[in-house]
Amino acid sequence: MDRRDFSAGIKAGTSIAIGYFPIALTFGLLAKTTGLSLIEATAMSIFVFAGAAQYISLTLITAGVAPAVVVLNTFVVNIRHFLMTASLNEKMQPDDRWKKALYAFGITDETFSVLATQKGHKLTTAFAAGVILIAYGSWIVFTAIGHLLGANLPQFLQASMSIALYAMFVGLLVPSMRGNRKVVSLAVIAGLINSLFYFTEWLSTGWAIMVSTLASAIFIEWISRKGVKA
Amino acid sequence: MGSWYWWMILGMAVVTYIPRAIPLTFLEGRELPAVVQNVLRNIPYAVLGALIFPAIFFIQENIWFGVIGAIAAFGIAFTGANVMIVVLGSIAVLAVFSLFI
Repeated sequence: MDRRDFSAGIKAGTSIAIGYFPIALTFGLLAKTTGLSLIEATAMSIFVFAGAAQYISLTLITAGVAPAVVVLNTFVVNIRHFLMTASLNEKMQPDDRWKKALYAFGITDETFSVLATQKGHKLTTAFAAGVILIAYGSWIVFTAIGHLLGANLPQFLQASMSIALYAMFVGLLVPSMRGNRKVVSLAVIAGLINSLFYFTEWLSTGWAIMVSTLASAIFIEWISRKGVKA
Repeated sequence: MGSWYWWMILGMAVVTYIPRAIPLTFLEGRELPAVVQNVLRNIPYAVLGALIFPAIFFIQENIWFGVIGAIAAFGIAFTGANVMIVVLGSIAVLAVFSLFI
């Protein structure tokens, strides 16, 4: 394990840790009001580590839905990670399968975004481990604190911190957008298709993100091939 | 919660892990066709577009939080600031905004 890469990963993952803070805190709080104990709530963050799926599970538990349905929903919400880890694999340095199987656990929308947009060549396992550990640590610790406190942040802080993860996505995207029409088109087209799904309610969020991402990525590849041939 | 809860967590853990682990382990050491590689390289920027839009506008019931937050984030990012500054700056802008409503 390269220590320098690991520290660089920790540094790159710190914005995720900040962004997870309000979300994990609120999850801990909601889990408590749903009737989960501290151990039960924290265990979900430890073993599942998937924000959207965890929130949905609370709603479903409250609604008295069968546990199998919660599991099925979790799968559907997280199918998009197939696409992300397939893409991430191109970016990662080759390494032992067991190591990759280990850090695969920590791939979320956020850790994926930070890893996949790093400049330069292949990323080391140590760097990925750094990004993931700080994000994962924040998710677990603040879930527990949210449950223990049983209260939310002051309203103005809660409201203003809810921009954090989106601001991070913007901060990761914009440097690549500058002077690169392909990146701009990829993001804009995916965003437009996803908005269409959102407003028409044709697809649920997990599917919508996956379909709009794939459609945009394939469309732009198709266009640029045609451009090369012409 | 009863013991069903722990079985549910186990199930959730497994179905969350599968989509994360299969591509990373199965594709290790495999050379994909060039077209597929190109599409996969496009994915990160497309994902960011889909993660940002339209959700960034709906972070609070009051849509102005999303609109102002989005303007702040893009504005700060276009100055060339690093990600941490974009995050903290956007939070600061919204904190100030929330004092006025």
